[in-house]
Amino acid sequence: MASIWRYANPRKFMETSGWLLPGVSILAALCIATGVIWGFFFTGEDYRQGSTVKIVFLHVPAALMAINAWLMMLVASLIWLIRRHHVSALAAKAAAPVGVTMTLIALITGAVWGQPMWGTWWAWDPRLTSFLILFLFYLGYIALWQAIEDPDTAADLTSVLCLVGSVFALLSRYAVNFWNQGLHQGASLSVVDEGAPMDIAYRLPLYFAMAGFALLFIALLLAGTRTEIRARRMQALLTRERMG
Amino acid sequence: MTALLIRDLRLAMRAGGGFGLGLAFYLILAVLVPLGVGPEGDTLALIAPGILWVGALLSCLLSLDRLFALDYEDGSLDLLATAPIPLEGVVTMKALAHWITTGLPLTLVAPVLGVLLNLPAAGFGWLVASLLLGTPALSVIGTFGAALTLGLRRGGLLLSLLVLPLYVPTLVFGAQAVVRGAAGLGTATPLLLLAGITAGAAALLPFASAAAIRINLR
Repeated sequence: MASIWRYANPRKFMETSGWLLPGVSILAALCIATGVIWGFFFTGEDYRQGSTVKIVFLHVPAALMAINAWLMMLVASLIWLIRRHHVSALAAKAAAPVGVTMTLIALITGAVWGQPMWGTWWAWDPRLTSFLILFLFYLGYIALWQAIEDPDTAADLTSVLCLVGSVFALLSRYAVNFWNQGLHQGASLSVVDEGAPMDIAYRLPLYFAMAGFALLFIALLLAGTRTEIRARRMQALLTRERMG
Repeated sequence: MTALLIRDLRLAMRAGGGFGLGLAFYLILAVLVPLGVGPEGDTLALIAPGILWVGALLSCLLSLDRLFALDYEDGSLDLLATAPIPLEGVVTMKALAHWITTGLPLTLVAPVLGVLLNLPAAGFGWLVASLLLGTPALSVIGTFGAALTLGLRRGGLLLSLLVLPLYVPTLVFGAQAVVRGAAGLGTATPLLLLAGITAGAAALLPFASAAAIRINLR
């Protein structure tokens, strides 16, 4: 029976991901190149923001993936806790560095844009603050992975942390909303609302960039998970050699 | 479970138990901040709620790594885990003991430090109320962090990295309650949310903490 759980088998996962990885990587590169080059050089300048508006083609996709990477870690952690598939735990581990990088990209591109537009690199705005807090959550998660030697214990404890952390990250998001009024503009894109405030000329390249970043995340995730599986196999081989 | 609570309280009160260290730290913080910021009353009044809350947070953090460490080292935790009372109950009692030895004294001395920091008169009641409502959440969340880092030799630093982000909502609502109270605004919303966090954390987090301890004892 074709079920998604087949890929919980490391061998099957390695087979399929090895076959998928080059394709996804090339597609990611193409989409990002299309979105960014189109966005940077072939869209008009905003009449008030000038050319700085174009950083949106990096900022929005990175921010999107920063949150989605955490969601993916949450799902993978749940799968590990419930079904004990090692690939799932390793995928969560591999997603964290990618997620933290995306968070950092979103924060830095935001600062670069905010300097000329808001006149400040940083403001304690709810969105900015909650991203900084998300960054701290990522750091704690990665640090816990690195601190524990036994891989199964590490997978268990980081999964529990991911579950609890998700609840508190969500709480923090609403807490900072309560704490300060925002400087950051509302959503420029909306899935349901056709009357989104962004023109189609900007939206199309942005969609490409977003798809590209999503594919990039998948590619990095697959590569990272493959590395983790190989590291695990190597460890097993070394242990066997020492025993025999 | 009461016996466990009394045992933990006795251990904390005894010399070397660390009782009072958190309080002393809180006091030092409240002395250092004006030395760093300057003695102007208006500035201090402005930052007093935040400093008092951040100080409470850090003082709570100080004694967290001892929460399970000694019991883990001498094997009592294994006995507690196999005892007829559920591990969730043990964890809750540990958190309660931690709150009685840190959160409650912090709440009681906070008004004195409020005087040092020139907290507006209207804020004192709200300071005590918000700390009383919020510090149990700090202990419960801290217990979870301590349970996660149980088996690590140098877990103290990691513990703060894990626990401090989890303290964000409590800090925001707690400090906001005092800020609003001191300014004479309504404080019902932050206090209700604070109480909600404490109730939710006390109800759910012991399960996560107990799970983490079981994993670490495996």
